[in-house]
Amino acid sequence: MNFTFSKSAHRRAASIAVAIAAASVLLAGCAAPTGGSTGTDAAGAGSLTVIPKSLGNKYFEASDKGAKAAADELGLDFSEVGPTSTGSADQVPFIQTAIQTGQKAIAIAANDPAAVCNDLKAAQDAGVKVVAFDTDTDCRDIFINQATVDGIAQGLVDLTSKHLGTAGGTIAILSGGANAANLNAWVDAMTALIEKEHPEITIAQVAYGEDVDQKAYQAAQGLMQSIPDLKAIIAPDTVSVKEAAHYLSDTPQFQGKVWVTGLGLPSEMATYVTSGIIEQFGLWNPEDLGYLATYAADALTQGTITGKEGDKFTAGKLGDFAVGTGGEVVLGPMFVFDKSNVGDFSF
Amino acid sequence: MRADTVTITTNAVGSAAAQYRRHSHPLWRRMLLRTETAIVLAIILLIIFAITTVPYFAQPYTYLTMILNSAPILLMLLPVTLIIITGDIDLSVGSVVGFSSAIFGLSFHAGVPLPLAAGVAVVGGGLVGLLNGVLVTVVGLPSLAVTIGTLALFRGIAVGLLGTTAITGFPSEVTQFIGAPLFVGAPVPMVTVAIIVVAIGFAVLLHLTPFGRGVFAIGLSSETAAFSGVRVNRTRLILFVLSGLVASATGVYYTLQYSNAIGTNGLGFELQVVTAIVLGGVSIWGGRGSILGALAGGVLIATLNKTLQLAGIGSDTISIVTGATLIFSVVVAGIAGFISRRRRSKASVIAAGVEKHRAIPNPKSVPSNH
Repeated sequence: MNFTFSKSAHRRAASIAVAIAAASVLLAGCAAPTGGSTGTDAAGAGSLTVIPKSLGNKYFEASDKGAKAAADELGLDFSEVGPTSTGSADQVPFIQTAIQTGQKAIAIAANDPAAVCNDLKAAQDAGVKVVAFDTDTDCRDIFINQATVDGIAQGLVDLTSKHLGTAGGTIAILSGGANAANLNAWVDAMTALIEKEHPEITIAQVAYGEDVDQKAYQAAQGLMQSIPDLKAIIAPDTVSVKEAAHYLSDTPQFQGKVWVTGLGLPSEMATYVTSGIIEQFGLWNPEDLGYLATYAADALTQGTITGKEGDKFTAGKLGDFAVGTGGEVVLGPMFVFDKSNVGDFSF
Repeated sequence: MRADTVTITTNAVGSAAAQYRRHSHPLWRRMLLRTETAIVLAIILLIIFAITTVPYFAQPYTYLTMILNSAPILLMLLPVTLIIITGDIDLSVGSVVGFSSAIFGLSFHAGVPLPLAAGVAVVGGGLVGLLNGVLVTVVGLPSLAVTIGTLALFRGIAVGLLGTTAITGFPSEVTQFIGAPLFVGAPVPMVTVAIIVVAIGFAVLLHLTPFGRGVFAIGLSSETAAFSGVRVNRTRLILFVLSGLVASATGVYYTLQYSNAIGTNGLGFELQVVTAIVLGGVSIWGGRGSILGALAGGVLIATLNKTLQLAGIGSDTISIVTGATLIFSVVVAGIAGFISRRRRSKASVIAAGVEKHRAIPNPKSVPSNH
């Protein structure tokens, strides 16, 4: 029988005390390095927090690099923070932190424009200038549009229709997240454009790779296997186009049968382009996008522009820009990459 | 179920003795020796540390946003704590949030008045909870398998119902009310009241009612509980329904908080819920734990997140710290348990004298001695 009246209660108390002490050591240990790194004053003359959709995404690594370059030119205090996942509300804590640490401006690529709106509004109320880039939200001062919806749709549909010729054929669209506003807008615009101008092309299916390598790979596999007369896949998302190319290079039976294009990163697409798996793909320069967003944020903070139509500002090496309707600034037309130039880009 | 009759007998006597021993000390002393106390102390230490070393931490806005960000988890963990104490688990709660968000959004979109749409979503959550419960109790499948299945199923339905559309445009006076402080300048949001009320409800249910005693009894040994007159399957079924109801109410709240109904709402919440509960000292094997501990576990994670975010630490590091804290707390609890077990088994050798064959008790039956 388990009769233990002896000192076990004291022993228990001791072990719990040890646990508490150890826990506090652990917590202190974890947070200790922060004391030093936060010693700098974030609320200096100019400060900018860039919040990408998620960390570890090469596209946003490139845009952050451009933003940092511009911040260095302008002498802004720069920080890049963001979630590791792309849930609706995952960016909210970072907006709150930016408000609390007295940042002068936030540049954000929202995963979910509606979900971050309340907190962005709170930021604006607190005097923080809000620049949306990559994806628009309602609660911002200015939106840096990488390209107009119609410009991208036109660019991708032109590449595809040129390849298919007058014979046309069946194609599929492989997009990223099903809730990504910009991707959905491009898909809708491409669909409308094909219906209107290219009756020879039929869109069999729109699939989603959900921004995850493996899922995009499997989605590409599913499309090529389930649509027997598939001629082309348009993947307006960097993960999807890379994985579609990846699947194509793994599967000789579809090579030369299915043509893949989309919006990709040169660094990720270079091997497929040089090996001939992919002929052409498009994009803008995300470094320029981040660079422009930072200059716009600075112009807002300085009061040079307010975000109304017709406002003009200069963005360093990119030259002059004007604010269009709805507070939009357009970076430029779609840029096409092929064998001749894909090696020239590092992002 | 997992202990032979001999051990149960030994245990029952040992447990009574332990109970007597514990209650022979004054209340404050008994409170001091609990895991919950350790977690609450850790929260207080962390907050003091953050106030003194992390700039901008000492503002009402910190606590306001901390509770707003963690409110869904703090609500959902309440019924799941009871489920885990019975030895079951409910991993479908995150998907129920998405499911209820989809139903709520679609009803609202179809012109149903807001309160009625919320009611429909909550009733829907109760029904999917009932489905979980029936599969576990009537069909007799393991809850882990069932709720992993319904995790995928409910998420699929939620995303399927809404497709690529997100329903927004909920009345702004409601969405702003949801995120507003309790009163002007208050460090806590409106939802705190809901969390406290629901938490008190579940704490009373678990700790002060025969139903709650049954919950612990099932976790220790469902066979013994059944023989002692606990209606085991009815209890488990009720808990799954409660979990569905609370998770779907959370879904409505979450939808309004972010003014956005999409099928992916609540993605991955189930793991945050289980993390908070386990960190709060609730045994994943069942039979042990408290509402206060689970809530404190959730608040500790929220505080840790807020501190690290304000200190400018990246979210990858925050994940590492949360994971390490959880492992650490489980390891410490394990070591503490091992020490007290060894003490006890040594003592029992001496006390039992001739009964040396029972000197090493079945380790799995020991939690009742804590």
